[in-house]
Amino acid sequence: MRVLAALSGGVDSAVAAARAVDAGHDVVGVHMALSRSRAEHRQGSRGCCSIEDAGDASRAADVLGIPYYVWDLSERFEQTVVADFLAEYAAGRTPNPCVRCNEHIKFSTLLDKATALGFDAVATGHYARIERAEDGSPSLHRSRDLAKDQSYVLAVMGPDRLARALFPLGDVGSKDEVRAEAARRGLGVSEKPDSYDICFVADGDTAGFLRERLGQRPGPVVDTDGVVVGGHDGAFAYTVGQRKGLRLGRPAPDGRPRYVLDVQPVSNTVVVGSVDLLEVHGLSASDAVWFGPPPQTWTGCTLQVRAHGTPVAAQVRALDPSDGRPAGLEVRLDEPVRGVAAGQCAVVYAGDRVLGQATIAAAVR
Amino acid sequence: MTYLDHAATTPMHPAAIEAMVAELARTGNASSLHEPGRRARRIVEESRESLAESLGARPSDVILTGGGTEADNLAIKGLFWARRLADPRRRRVLVSAVEHHAVLDPARWLERQGAELVLLPVDAAGVLDLAVLRAEIDRHADEIALISVMWANNEIGTVEPLAAVVAAAAPHGIPVHGDAVQAVAHLDVDFAASGLDAMTVSAHKLGGPVGIGALLARRGLGLEPVVHGGGQERGVRSGTLDVPATRAFAVAVEHAVADRPGEAARLSSLRDRLLTGVEDAVPDAVVRGPRREGRLPGNAHLTFPGCEGDSLIYLLDSAGIACSTGSACQAGVPQPSHVLLACGIEDRTARGALRFSLGRTSTAADVDALLAVLPEVVARARTAGLAGVG
Repeated sequence: MRVLAALSGGVDSAVAAARAVDAGHDVVGVHMALSRSRAEHRQGSRGCCSIEDAGDASRAADVLGIPYYVWDLSERFEQTVVADFLAEYAAGRTPNPCVRCNEHIKFSTLLDKATALGFDAVATGHYARIERAEDGSPSLHRSRDLAKDQSYVLAVMGPDRLARALFPLGDVGSKDEVRAEAARRGLGVSEKPDSYDICFVADGDTAGFLRERLGQRPGPVVDTDGVVVGGHDGAFAYTVGQRKGLRLGRPAPDGRPRYVLDVQPVSNTVVVGSVDLLEVHGLSASDAVWFGPPPQTWTGCTLQVRAHGTPVAAQVRALDPSDGRPAGLEVRLDEPVRGVAAGQCAVVYAGDRVLGQATIAAAVR
Repeated sequence: MTYLDHAATTPMHPAAIEAMVAELARTGNASSLHEPGRRARRIVEESRESLAESLGARPSDVILTGGGTEADNLAIKGLFWARRLADPRRRRVLVSAVEHHAVLDPARWLERQGAELVLLPVDAAGVLDLAVLRAEIDRHADEIALISVMWANNEIGTVEPLAAVVAAAAPHGIPVHGDAVQAVAHLDVDFAASGLDAMTVSAHKLGGPVGIGALLARRGLGLEPVVHGGGQERGVRSGTLDVPATRAFAVAVEHAVADRPGEAARLSSLRDRLLTGVEDAVPDAVVRGPRREGRLPGNAHLTFPGCEGDSLIYLLDSAGIACSTGSACQAGVPQPSHVLLACGIEDRTARGALRFSLGRTSTAADVDALLAVLPEVVARARTAGLAGVG
């Protein structure tokens, strides 16, 4: 196969590309330049696609003996991932930009461009497994190393795009194994720190980034009775389940810690209350993507509502599109869970296999 | 591999390799007083005389540098500092909008040193607007530190009207620098006859090694040094002289100049075959720069509507064709060319540019190899250009 290996400049994508070469594929490395104003160096674990990262990606390609190019997708990234991030926060939801990057950039713009240029597949350093049925149709599974599993952020791509994806790291036992393999292969990035946080918020200050891009909008923080208990610089900077950084003047009458229960963008109000009020018993979600036939009746599954969140037992059923609204899904939780934020993804699993995913629209308390 | 990127760098001439290898085996610092030093000095000075003769200069005009970029930096910064030192009113730096970054970036940097940068506009083919230059000189003659206009453009091959620039500047004693890096191998470059005060030459664009070049600066031209140290090269460019590279540089220039009339004619016809072939194969491709006359013999530059330069480069590379978008990269990302933008071409069109540049080793077979794959490459790049847009 002709394989385009996305090279971030990090250790995972470099080893993934190396494994694609070993598998006998005709591999070409591409580094995506996603930021308009690229920093010279990466600040520790924060940020990405600095010029240093591009250099590391280029060196990895040299070591592997594969051609290497840089594709400038910064305009598209700004129009999709960053714009969605801002719009979602402005609407009081909590977006997951890694999901949107996989949806709009890696397994859309990059994959489509690669396909148009004659590539059969795109290989990335994601931790997830792809299994193929006898008819060749692929299914998406959690990686062997559950601590690194990224199936949650990949489910959005759906089955058609999964058919043109390769995740060569899906069956590794641990990140240490990948680092050791990188060192053995002479890849200089073997000791490079992992990247966390949101790549386009280079200093890790998401609230500051939102204030800068959305402006300051002071408003009230209220309790569940509507009593004003504090103030904020913009409701968009808060997320359901948040406890830290509320800066509430006086303690709750019962002395218990308070959490964000709701973010109301129209009235620019943040609602806080005790932890038991965070419990939800179900949810509805929109823009569903299914890897097989959508479950028309209540079906047992496990559900994950956050990246790195603990999967919980639930019942799921698909919602048909109606009144111009796209197909969605709804979930009943076997046990209540806390901190379900609109805008995050609900990913539905059967064991380690992804059944589908959708974007959380509302929690049922 | 079909190599159509001679404007980036061109193969060393076998005679230059031979001369360089022979000198690499010998020891001697050209500044030393003993016999090995004297021998090294003699090689340098003979090379300098040879370079001067080939380029229509006097040996004392030749300031050896570490390449074309350094020579441009020396010309722009050195002239600006010297001219302003002599008269603090001289703060204006006039450069054409299509200069190489080796001229543009020092000029922009000088803005932080109090310079006033004036970018001279060009027409759609990249030819300097002389009326604007003359008006600028009429209005600000006493405030102009220097003028820099390239002999021929590295991207779109436009030959600039240097004689007219010199004629406009000379009555006011304004020094004119010309970057002749792309010109020496293929155009009739004669420093004295050009009337230029300073001219940049690079070895590796004409069959010499990378890492050496020269600024030809007429005697008496005030020039502040950029590199300070041991006082070599008229005290303007310190640093131990690179004897093997200097020798190879001189040999390469000798051959380039001797072969030039024949090569220019041969490459012009090869270039026309390429342009005509591309226009036949891809009818909506647009030739940039002057049509045929007034462009570098080895330069062909086109934009391909609906294509991204990086897709074209990838597809041609994988088909065994080496060429360039012609413009600078930032960490590997092709940027829309400032030259095309200066010609009034819009950003999106400028992103679909390709430069094919021919040189000493180019043959008709190279052109045919390109033409054989280009239609499919462009069709594919066009599909890829549309992918991900929606």
